[in-house]
Amino acid sequence: MSIKFEAVIGLEVHCQLATREKLFCGCPTDFGAPINRNTCPICLGMPGVLPVLNEQAVDMAIRAGLALGCEIRERSVFSRKHYFYPDLPKGYQITQYERPILERGGLSIELEDGQRRVIGLTRIHMEEDAGKSIHMDTGATLIDLNRAGHPLIEIVSEPELRSAVEAVAYLKALHEVVRYLGICDGNMDEGSFRCDANVSVRPVGRAAFGTRTEIKNMNTFRGVQRAIDHEILRHIDVIEGGGVIVQETRLWDEAAGRTRTMRSKEDAHDYRYFPEPDLPHLIISTARIESLRATQAELPLAMRERFVRDYGLSAYDAGVLTGEPSLVAYFEAAVVAHPNPKGICNWLTSELLGRVDAAKVPTSNVSPGALARLVALIDDETINGKIAKTVFEKMLSTGMSPDAVVDADGLRQVKDGGAVELVVQQVIDANPNQVSQYRSGKLGLKGFLVGQCMKVSGGKLNPSVVNDTLDRLLGPPATGG
Amino acid sequence: MSNALTDYSLCALRDALDRREVLAVDVAQAYLDRVSAHDPVIRAYLTVDAEGALQRASEIDSNRAAGGPLGPLAGVPIALKDIFLTKGLRTTCASRILEHFVPPYDATVVTRLREAGAVILGKLNMDEFAMGSSTENSAFQQTKNPWDTTRTPGGSSGGSSAALAAQLCAGTLGTDTGGSIRQPAALCGVVGLKPTYGRVSRFGVIAFASSLDQVGPMGWTVRDAAALHEVIAGFDPQDSTSSDRPVPTGHSRTPVGGRLDGVRVGVPTEYFPETGLTPDVRLKVTEAIGKLRALGAEIVPVSLPHSPYAVATYYVIATAEASSNLARFDGVRYGHRAKADDLLSLYLRSRGEGFGMEVKRRIMLGTFALSAGYYDAYYGKAGQIQTLIRRDFEQAFERCDVIATPTSPSTAFRLGERTEDPMQMYLADIFTISCNLAGLPGLSLPCGFDADGLPIGLQLLGRAFDESMLFRVGCAFEDSTDHHVRRPPSLQTGGVVTGQEAQS
Amino acid sequence: MSSARALFEDKATVRKIAILARLELDDPTLELLGRQLGDILGYVDQLNAVDTSGVEPTVFAGETTRFRPDDLRIRLAPGASLDNAPDHSSGAFRVPKVI
Repeated sequence: MSIKFEAVIGLEVHCQLATREKLFCGCPTDFGAPINRNTCPICLGMPGVLPVLNEQAVDMAIRAGLALGCEIRERSVFSRKHYFYPDLPKGYQITQYERPILERGGLSIELEDGQRRVIGLTRIHMEEDAGKSIHMDTGATLIDLNRAGHPLIEIVSEPELRSAVEAVAYLKALHEVVRYLGICDGNMDEGSFRCDANVSVRPVGRAAFGTRTEIKNMNTFRGVQRAIDHEILRHIDVIEGGGVIVQETRLWDEAAGRTRTMRSKEDAHDYRYFPEPDLPHLIISTARIESLRATQAELPLAMRERFVRDYGLSAYDAGVLTGEPSLVAYFEAAVVAHPNPKGICNWLTSELLGRVDAAKVPTSNVSPGALARLVALIDDETINGKIAKTVFEKMLSTGMSPDAVVDADGLRQVKDGGAVELVVQQVIDANPNQVSQYRSGKLGLKGFLVGQCMKVSGGKLNPSVVNDTLDRLLGPPATGG
Repeated sequence: MSNALTDYSLCALRDALDRREVLAVDVAQAYLDRVSAHDPVIRAYLTVDAEGALQRASEIDSNRAAGGPLGPLAGVPIALKDIFLTKGLRTTCASRILEHFVPPYDATVVTRLREAGAVILGKLNMDEFAMGSSTENSAFQQTKNPWDTTRTPGGSSGGSSAALAAQLCAGTLGTDTGGSIRQPAALCGVVGLKPTYGRVSRFGVIAFASSLDQVGPMGWTVRDAAALHEVIAGFDPQDSTSSDRPVPTGHSRTPVGGRLDGVRVGVPTEYFPETGLTPDVRLKVTEAIGKLRALGAEIVPVSLPHSPYAVATYYVIATAEASSNLARFDGVRYGHRAKADDLLSLYLRSRGEGFGMEVKRRIMLGTFALSAGYYDAYYGKAGQIQTLIRRDFEQAFERCDVIATPTSPSTAFRLGERTEDPMQMYLADIFTISCNLAGLPGLSLPCGFDADGLPIGLQLLGRAFDESMLFRVGCAFEDSTDHHVRRPPSLQTGGVVTGQEAQS
Repeated sequence: MSSARALFEDKATVRKIAILARLELDDPTLELLGRQLGDILGYVDQLNAVDTSGVEPTVFAGETTRFRPDDLRIRLAPGASLDNAPDHSSGAFRVPKVI
């Protein structure tokens, strides 16, 4: 007989805030600068320097708090957290400890069965990032401090997640929120969005938590899922084998597919926190909160519901569009220019997204206005759907407006009865065999004749006018033959 | 006349330069000559920047000749405690760990002095990282007290006080965390002001204890200190703890012979203990208080009951913050790096070799005070007692406008006398520490000499941001005494010129 | 907390703090420092006599939250961040291996 276990998981997520400057100095935050180029005496931890707080970072943290329903502390405190490491220039990290800026929030996640659950957030605090250590094969370590001092928020969840799948759902929902707010680019490769997991297991039905381990070094959603799954099984194996779980920090080894010990509880740092004497308390006024609230970006969940309700889109299409913040603005701009949301959505999701990465849609050759105009040209029958694809190709490759393409290539649809009749008569004359077969009852050949008309005209004829004209000129076919 | 250029007080020199009676290059050269002649004995300077000083002085002279804009200290030769970062000029904090450190930027106060036209002669000795009361903790040299070269000049700004007393600069800046401006000023017979916490920017000043450190001026006279204070004080966007309150101005031009009618001078009983205060200090400070009464002040007894806890409170808070502030000296990005094959050894050895004994002692104490399980009992408790000490002063200042005490319980002690007993050394700061814990301004000025001819300092403490009151009382006292113009006989100076003589 | 002095009589405690503070100390120094720190903490223990219940610790860092103005930056010339570096390579600070 075996005991059934359940996992208890809490996540700590570090989001690099998308500010222009670092948290405590004016150095730029752009990724990819030459080594140590984005540094100054302050982020190098030179003697005599003092930190001065970045207002934009504070506003971004408050935005996160508003979106996640946190209590915003009127007075929060920065502290120093001490440990020696070469990528930590001052020998301490400026962070928030006893009184963080944000506490007690919640994040709604969607489970596999479509149910929603709110995961509690313990706290969100502001802190500065460390630099990067590059370990060389020679044994030496190289230190690049470009990243040192980047603003971060650390979002700490309650231990309310029960599986790796739930953990990933939480992480994806959080990822979406911070990207929607425009406070984090969410780039996991570049480390802008990082996650550590606290994992323990306990027999189902028991209230007390088991001993937990902390897992670090998970760089993809998939990695998070695999690492947590692995760790849960490892815990169960150890316990079922009569062993005990040791409280420790473990590193996820993506290639090996397992976690391994990084440091034990006995080696845990004594961080010697104390309030940062170089920074006044951070006092946040109601006016600041209200002005941020008034300009707060809409969150993805609310936006999806609005897209279904107001634009009549399917839940699936709404999901595709709102899955990427850059598509939302594009879509809504196009709808303003031509209020056919479904038509625009179809062209955006099936054609444009088929050719261009979602993130690059706003900077592609096809502007929202141009796409809207293309759909408008279809809707007013200036061109038909087939021609529209040709027009779209050219728009995408050249950046021309749809009207310019239509005019330049003479693609305007022909609806005039006389002009259509000329083409139809020409096709009837050129295909006597097919015409007689049709008249004797082979009705399927009508499609062939329509096709010929379109081919001869370069696709420009209005299909329904062609149909009507053919019917009229061919006369009724024999029936029952 | 027998007066040399190096006999002019800062204000007198400023005025003579303004009137074009003297040239800045001549003044700078006179000081450099005097440094060459006397500093081999006094040993106040760690770095002399003769070239930079002369170049700057000649720029000032050219500017003046051309009628260009000139700052309020144009051509005045200043020296700086080696704790202030000077761009391109070695800054050591008197520590092996920074022996070859050349800063890439200027401290805000250095920028302000430069903009005011000051000529920077060089950098002055101090206790390593400002930790000490005798300048014996310098890693490089022992500065002597010009009044008696077998004695300490005080500390940690002992290079500053000695350089002033020996007329090796016209004015200087120090830093004061627990008395490091006022105590050496007292022991060398010069004036030192620790301004209110937040009054002067700390940006570019190597930190000892961030919540207690304050930059302040030191000079021959109260007016000299006021002239420097006016230039360096005021809000700095690079120091979030600096205050934007208006800076008192004009005190360097206070008319001679001011009275103190209506001023209430508080005298705290706790600062005149039965033991631990030498008889000469008690006598001279008591006489000074009598002088204030004679000038019209009302003397009121006050009590600062938590004073006995100040030294203990201070040594917890200051060392805790120091252990944190000195963590950056790790041999990775700058400073001394020991030979080591692995990272942990690199840290242990670089810091082990780079820091002196007193610095290590304080880092150890501070690290312990912040460590897991002890924080509340030490750092937390000390912070609470700091509040009680601050409240004592708030209550006292309801009854008086300024508090008068001795600056130091004794005059200059002999070199080596207290180096073996750190606790004895710490108690030298017993009268200066509370002022830092309460964040208040404090001024030390000469008020007489003991039987050995060693100077004694009177300390005046004021309300937060009320440096004006200290300048007012200090000027009135100074105008009615001559302690500040006396000089060690061995120096054979021509007699100090303060510019106030003609008026008095 | 009268145990603080006793604590510092144990050389292992002193050594532990020295490692936490990253200070290499030889044995005689460890012993001397242990004794001196014990004395100092013995003196500090007088603070326990003060009733501080309900007293907030002092904060001097200013009552006003300050934010950094635009363009407040000390710009270093390219490569100047390494000017005081004891060892560097390819633009990076170099340290020996982490064990």
